[in-house]
Amino acid sequence: MTNTIRDITEQSRAIFVIGSNTTEQHPVIGIKVRRAKRRRGAKLIVADPRRIDLAEIADLYLRQRPGTDIALLNGIMHVILREGWHDADFIARRTEGFEELTATVARYTPEVAAEITGVPAADIEAAARLLAENRPAALLYAMGITQHKVGVANVLACANLQMLLGNLGVPGGGVNPLRGQNNVQGACDMGGLPNVYPGYQPVTSPEARAKFEAAWGVPLSDRVGLTVTEMFDAAERGRVRCLYIVGENPMTSDPDLRHVQHALEQTEFVVLQELFFSETAAYADVILPAASFAEKEGTVTNTERRVQRVRKAVEPPGEARADSWIITELAQRLIALGAATPDPAAPWSAWPHRPAEAIMAEINALTPSYAGITYRRLEAGEPLHWPVPNESHPGTPILHRERFTRGLGRFVAVDYVPPAELPDEQYPLIMTTGRVLYHWHGGEMSRRAQGLLAVYPEALVEVSPTDAQRLGIGDGDPVRLVSRRGAIEAKAWVTDRVNRGLVFATFHFPEQAANWLTSGEHLDPTAKIPALKVTAVRLERAGDGNR
Amino acid sequence: MAGLTIGFLRRACETERTEHEVSPMPTLTINGQRVVAPEGATILEAARAAGIAIPTLCHHPDLSNVGACRMCVVTVEKARGLQTACTTPVAEGMVVHTHSADAVATRRFVLEMLLSDHPNACMTCEVNGACELQDLVYEYGVAWPQHKGSRHTYPVDPDPNPFIVIDRNKCILCGRCVRACAEIQNRDIWSFAFRGFETKLVAGADQPLLEAGCESCGQCVAYCPTGALFDRMSVGKGRIGQVTRVRTVCSYCGVGCQIDLHVRRDGGRGRIVRVTGAADAPVNGLALCVKGRYGYDYVHSPERLTRPLVRAKWLDPDELAQRVGDNRWSVIGDADKRRSPVTGHDSPISPDTFIAVDWDTALDVVARKLAAEKAAHGGDSFAMLASAKCTNEENFLFAKFARQLMTTNNIDHCARL
Repeated sequence: MTNTIRDITEQSRAIFVIGSNTTEQHPVIGIKVRRAKRRRGAKLIVADPRRIDLAEIADLYLRQRPGTDIALLNGIMHVILREGWHDADFIARRTEGFEELTATVARYTPEVAAEITGVPAADIEAAARLLAENRPAALLYAMGITQHKVGVANVLACANLQMLLGNLGVPGGGVNPLRGQNNVQGACDMGGLPNVYPGYQPVTSPEARAKFEAAWGVPLSDRVGLTVTEMFDAAERGRVRCLYIVGENPMTSDPDLRHVQHALEQTEFVVLQELFFSETAAYADVILPAASFAEKEGTVTNTERRVQRVRKAVEPPGEARADSWIITELAQRLIALGAATPDPAAPWSAWPHRPAEAIMAEINALTPSYAGITYRRLEAGEPLHWPVPNESHPGTPILHRERFTRGLGRFVAVDYVPPAELPDEQYPLIMTTGRVLYHWHGGEMSRRAQGLLAVYPEALVEVSPTDAQRLGIGDGDPVRLVSRRGAIEAKAWVTDRVNRGLVFATFHFPEQAANWLTSGEHLDPTAKIPALKVTAVRLERAGDGNR
Repeated sequence: MAGLTIGFLRRACETERTEHEVSPMPTLTINGQRVVAPEGATILEAARAAGIAIPTLCHHPDLSNVGACRMCVVTVEKARGLQTACTTPVAEGMVVHTHSADAVATRRFVLEMLLSDHPNACMTCEVNGACELQDLVYEYGVAWPQHKGSRHTYPVDPDPNPFIVIDRNKCILCGRCVRACAEIQNRDIWSFAFRGFETKLVAGADQPLLEAGCESCGQCVAYCPTGALFDRMSVGKGRIGQVTRVRTVCSYCGVGCQIDLHVRRDGGRGRIVRVTGAADAPVNGLALCVKGRYGYDYVHSPERLTRPLVRAKWLDPDELAQRVGDNRWSVIGDADKRRSPVTGHDSPISPDTFIAVDWDTALDVVARKLAAEKAAHGGDSFAMLASAKCTNEENFLFAKFARQLMTTNNIDHCARL
């Protein structure tokens, strides 16, 4: 997030939620959005193909067809420009590329946008007016924006809108991705990505590489590595022979599970470090029992870039060990075996067993945005949002205040491109995927939480009343969803949360995971994120034997 | 008593805020102490800011004020009758006595009335030692009333909700749950039904919580001053004096709610018996969602992995036979890739059988294989998935492991999924 949860919920005059089912996926932000609307009168615009809970209280609900976000956002920007509601001063002082944007969005009249998105032109006009009249507005998004073949372009369109309105670098504004996992932000920050070292220092930058080579005392690879989806492709082709998986269950959470399954079967050696014998565990060669969050010390970074302490409350069960202990033991063994020969003179070359606080010292030394984040400050209760470039820096709750990270904010005009996999005669519906309030991701944790499982014991597929009637499907009936890659069976929830032609499925339950149907082929060309939000499927009554 | 409380509630709603003059930073006197308060502050806020205690039950700083319970009544000179400190705004020159004889007598009367319709069950109550009513009864030295009036006999635990236990016999109709639901969760599930003594806390149209549209966040439990609403998973697991609280961050989504793990530490590895938010938690305060508050028991699941497992084909056959023979290693299960292994499997050991081994063995198997593969096929034949469920420090080490020791940038995690 460019902004903080607090400044959005307390200062935004409007909140634009697009592609985020906030009350179910980020519930405590969701209640703050509801509170801002109800208690403070902030205007709420919700854009989502599903009539999610927030839509019920929205001042304006826009039900765009899946994968048409760019047309919707460009249409709103068209109206803002046509009416002269853009922030000319902000655009002149802080941005570049405005002419390019103007030329592109000129083509997206409300009528054109309505034709593509299914959102009435009048509602597109109304959205533009609401945003123009209620500044600052915060834009919140999640995987509904990013998990598309045009994920990056979708984000650019969100940023264009906010720059056009002058809603960046101010309290209550911002482009605010809501990060999913408790430490997905931190895992990215710490260099758990194939193209960057900690703090987003590119592996292709000779300076950055030289810095880490000097710190770690070894020559480093200058080749950008593989993303998760590419790893499984490479494993299937035999290029990746050893796969080391920590705390992740690709056999529920990755697209096209049959492909993942095949890739795991092909892999020479799979190491899994986990809490449970997950669906992925069945394909592992070695399984290392790890400690849960309650059994170790450390820090995590939330969606607003706030670093916070995790503390040990109980001992791990049996011989389970903290991940830091396990990886340190392995590192020591690899060095002893001569697999790598770090120069002992380099300051951070060695792998002693260290408490988390001492590891943070290495992070401080090598990660400019975390340089000033110390345990001493965290224990004193300082609110530290990175970047915190030094120990006396107070942190950066709001990004891009005086200038953008790159200097001027650049409008990158983007055009609508239809989703990669559109419905056809054989697969006439669109399936979109997501999660529900009572479960979490692949379900390893929430399926082992008794109360959560009691309330939500099995997978449900959301089906529109129209499609249900057409196919003779009643609420609670077993249905079969079939895509080009696989099929699942689950119970139908007949609900107007989805429109005719759209079904919604989750991946919380292994046998019924929507990812047996999704595709790992349609990736965003830049971010390599899979297009999980649009899959062409066929819906059938289960047990009819009609294949 | 219930009728009395509701009467107070109605009157409180009618309280006029215009009785006193408004000035920018009014100065008033509380218990002889000169206090300056911001305009619009209540007597209660001004007093607490100055370190002067006024007891409350229905008040909570996160919630709107209703002046229902009458515990916070104070004497304001030149005002008619006692004033509720939680709803009365300060005014220039106001003279307040928080513990006048009238105020103290009224509080004692209110507490006696509350006790007259409250079960004398502190011995077995989950919130014994953490009950605001109990604390005030103790502070004001109120005895259990001798007179026999009407008492409620509501069924205990009438709702099969998996998260929240309801005992209306312990409800003092303070309305904090009603306001927590409306103002924190913004859901309006709880309300009061009926009138007078019959006044009753209900969910929806007197329905089970889930049927009423409850999101199971437990905010109502967090704000309940007594044991009327309690976390079902924590019943009988340990009261306040028996647990240690450990402040940490929730393990589910990326909002970053701080939570207190209530840990029972008598023997064994320790057990999390309850999870609560915290007033000073920067993102969430007392609020949590259903997963954060009630989704913690996976930590203690009997399905947790407790020993390193290695498939037999990666172990030395002689050592395998010997260690299985002397029970230092155990045969866990067969090679079926689609089923979880079953402990104590009797079939002969196949190459794919999982064997539970000691850490040194497992780590040596992994290290030797990774070293050999790197030597034979290069660092890019290795790929690693770090974890969005691990700490920053751990993820830093994973990335360093892949880059420094395996000489590859093949490291990613589930950020795109």
